[in-house]
This record gives sequence, C-alpha cells and structure tokens, in this order.
Amino acid sequence: MCLGVPGRVIAVDGMIATVDFWGVKKQVRLDVIDEPVTPGDYVLNHVGYAIRRIPPEDIGETLALYDELLAGKSGADLMADDVRGELAASVTASASPRPAND
Amino acid sequence: MTDSWSTTEMRFRDPARARALAARLAEVVEGAGRKISVMHVCGSHEQAIAKYGLRASFPKQLEVIMGPGCPVCVTDLPEVDEAVALARAGVRIATYGDMLKVPGTSMSLADAQTEGAKVDIVYSVMQAVELAKSTTDEIVFFASGFETTAVATAAVIVQGVPKNFSVLSAHKYIPPVMEIVAEMPGATVEGFLAAGHAATITGSAIFERFAARHHKPVVVAGFEPLDILAGLVALVELVVAGNATAINAYPRCVSRDGNKVAQALLWKVFRATGGRWRGIAHVPSGNLRLRDEYADVDARRRFTIDMQSLWDMAPPALVAQCVCGDIMAGIASPSACNLFGKACTPETPVGACMVSSEGTCRIWHQYGGHPDLVRIGRAV
Ligand code: SF4
Repeated sequence: MCLGVPGRVIAVDGMIATVDFWGVKKQVRLDVIDEPVTPGDYVLNHVGYAIRRIPPEDIGETLALYDELLAGKSGADLMADDVRGELAASVTASASPRPAND
Repeated sequence: MTDSWSTTEMRFRDPARARALAARLAEVVEGAGRKISVMHVCGSHEQAIAKYGLRASFPKQLEVIMGPGCPVCVTDLPEVDEAVALARAGVRIATYGDMLKVPGTSMSLADAQTEGAKVDIVYSVMQAVELAKSTTDEIVFFASGFETTAVATAAVIVQGVPKNFSVLSAHKYIPPVMEIVAEMPGATVEGFLAAGHAATITGSAIFERFAARHHKPVVVAGFEPLDILAGLVALVELVVAGNATAINAYPRCVSRDGNKVAQALLWKVFRATGGRWRGIAHVPSGNLRLRDEYADVDARRRFTIDMQSLWDMAPPALVAQCVCGDIMAGIASPSACNLFGKACTPETPVGACMVSSEGTCRIWHQYGGHPDLVRIGRAV
C-alpha cells in the first residue's frame, strides 16, 4: 500500500492531471504535489494522488523497476499486486467527476 | 528448492553493479569483525528483499530485521473492532483490501461480511466518496496507512465530502514509532533503513534529528534491489564508523524537507495522538486522528460505537499464540511462530502480519521464507 507508481503527465486541468501509465491514460489529483506540474513531467502517484514530481535525470531508473514488477504474475507476486492496486486507484479517479466543493 | 523460489530468482538489471555492492557490503561487515544488526521500517523493503532473494547475498554477520513498517499489521485490535461493530450495526464500510481479513478481538470485517454486513473494498479514498455519492447509505471509510496514505484522506476531506460520508481513521505516523523501537530494551539494532515513500512526505531531515538523538545512523532507501543494497552499504559504513547521521540515498523520490504541501494538508486535517500499535507498544503521537474542525466527518463522533458486544464473545484461542508484535519490534521472526504456514496461512490468517501484502509473515510465506534462502548460498 506504500509503493506508489510513476507515470508521465499528458495534460493538466486545474487539480487533475491526465497521466500515462505504461500506455494507459488515467487521471490523478494534484492537490498534494508541491511543485507545478506540466505535460512531459513524471510524477509518483499513490492512491490516486500525485505526491512527487520525479527529477528528470532519475526517471529511467525509476521506471525500470516498475516495468519488471508489472511483468510479475498476478497473485504470485505481492509487489506486482501492490503496483496493480495503485494503478486501480488511479482508474477510479478518472471515472470520478470532480468532488462537490472543488 | 521449492517452486516458489524459481519465480523469485534474482533478476537484476545490472548484475555487475549488484555483485559489486554485495562484495562491498561483505567487505565492510567483515572489516567490523562482529555481528551488525540493522532494521528497515518498510513493508515494501521486506517485499523486495524476499522477492529478489537479497538475504542470500547478505554477509552472515549482517542481520537485516523488519520493523514496524506495515500499516495494516500495526492497526490495533480495538481499531478493527470499531469497524466491525459499525458494520454489524448496519453501517456500510469502505476500506482498503488489506483490512478485510485483519482479525479483531473476535472477528474480522470479512467475518462480519459473511454474517451479512456491507463491506466494500476500495483502492482509493476517492472511490469511497464515489460510493457515498451513489447511495443514501451511511458510508464509513475505514482508513489505514501511514502518512503517505493519510495525505490522500486529508485531501479528500478538505475538498469536501457528501453528507453520508465519514472517516474512521486508523492512520499512523511513522517517525514516533522509530523512537520507541530505537529505545526498546533488548534491541540490538544499530542503524535504520527508512522507507522511501513515507519519507517523500516527511523529508529526510526528520531522520537527521532522530539519528543525533539516538546515536544511530539512518539511510533513506528506495525499493529496487540495487537501492536496497546501496542503502545497506551506506548504512553499515556509518555504523562501523560510529557516524550517527542521516543520509538520503533515494533523492529521486525524497527531498530533505519533504513535501510541504502534503505536510500542511496532513496537519490541517489530522492531529497526532498517542495510541497502541498492535503488538508493539503505546506510541506517543503515533496515531493520526481527525481534528475537532472536522468532527462532522469523524465516524467516531458521528456514531456511538458499541464494541462491548464483540468483547463479550470469546476471543479466538489461536490469536494468543501470534508473535506478530515481537516480529514488528524486531525481536522475533516468523520462524519463531508455531503457527506459521500451518494454522496461519494467507487463506486463514491468525495475525495481521499474515494478512497484509506488507506483513512479514505473508511475505515470507509467499516468497519461500528466510531460512531457505541461506541454503541456496550467495546468489549474487
Ligand atoms: S505466522 Fe500468523 S500467528 Fe504466527 S506471528 Fe505470523 S501472523 Fe502471527
């Protein structure tokens, strides 16, 4: 539950970013990130929220770990399952309209 | 070796670097000429160590213990009882999947569900809010997780939630429990590997003060095998040199000051109060509870929670034999538990450490456990 997943920002609309996770577009909230985010940036996402803009020079290494994790079989690999759970958290964000008092 | 091992063989993207790091680790530990114990405080570290078979590459004289790094595992019995009591009273509970099977005093949420209670699994707090919008039922989000996850709960509350939505917070804050573990009598731990992603929020500076106070070094490390090996090399070097400082070995995700926006949100919504962490101790400032300003979304204030009926039922006898607490305090390992892999399995967990994907017992069960790894020798 603490792993977080990296993704590339495609578009930003107020507090919601459209993020590309391994070719799949999903939406995450930007309420808790501490830097301005623009398309092309990579962000670390946790339970539907971007929590950190990943410095550009570190992206290669960060993505490689997750590439390998996602290759793991479902049900056989706890880390792979946690990563899938994180992705599922972002799927929901995309299905959600904006919260009431936004 | 068993089949489970073949799926977890070490696959490093850069075997040469892994070998060099493992050799350096061996060299530093050998140079010390004594046993060195360090602790990591992160379930994902334990997952990576087990998944990639890293323990087999550690020098014999180095002991890497898992501390209280699994938020689900440290959720205390009464906290689970509160959720179970609400569920049995007809309130609909939404919670992260890991919380479903965590045993309470007499039953888990999964047991309550079998009895007819409504329990929904969500991956994010936003999903729970969506659920509330789609129904007139009262929805209580049973919130677990460390600061990284608590920040999401805080953000949702600040955004505003539907009237039928409230939060039962079992969120925990890591830095205070490290104080407890560092001072535990009988603890031999000489240094800490801190969790990368929780530190994304708190920053690494908080560990500089910790290191100075306890005269024990801290290294913030990431989750990939090379991150962990590099973090351990740095940590053991500091231990051997007697240098009680904190190093950030994970700058790609952690800054010195952390995420200040996230910290502001966290403390706007939550206050840190003392409370028990399952099996470990009472941890001053270790529990995150909603501030008075958010009383209207606090399930503890919205509902009268009757846990007595649960406590009147006889507690399951097996739970008394669970040594989860000692495991998380770093003074026992799953192999010390008679129930491990027998009466206690992921399908029929007796303790929380067998439930969560970040629990030591679950991880050892999944990846073939620690003792076996020694037999396959130095794989790196
Ligand atoms: S194996 Fe089960 S009963 Fe034993 S310590 Fe682990 S969780 Fe508790």
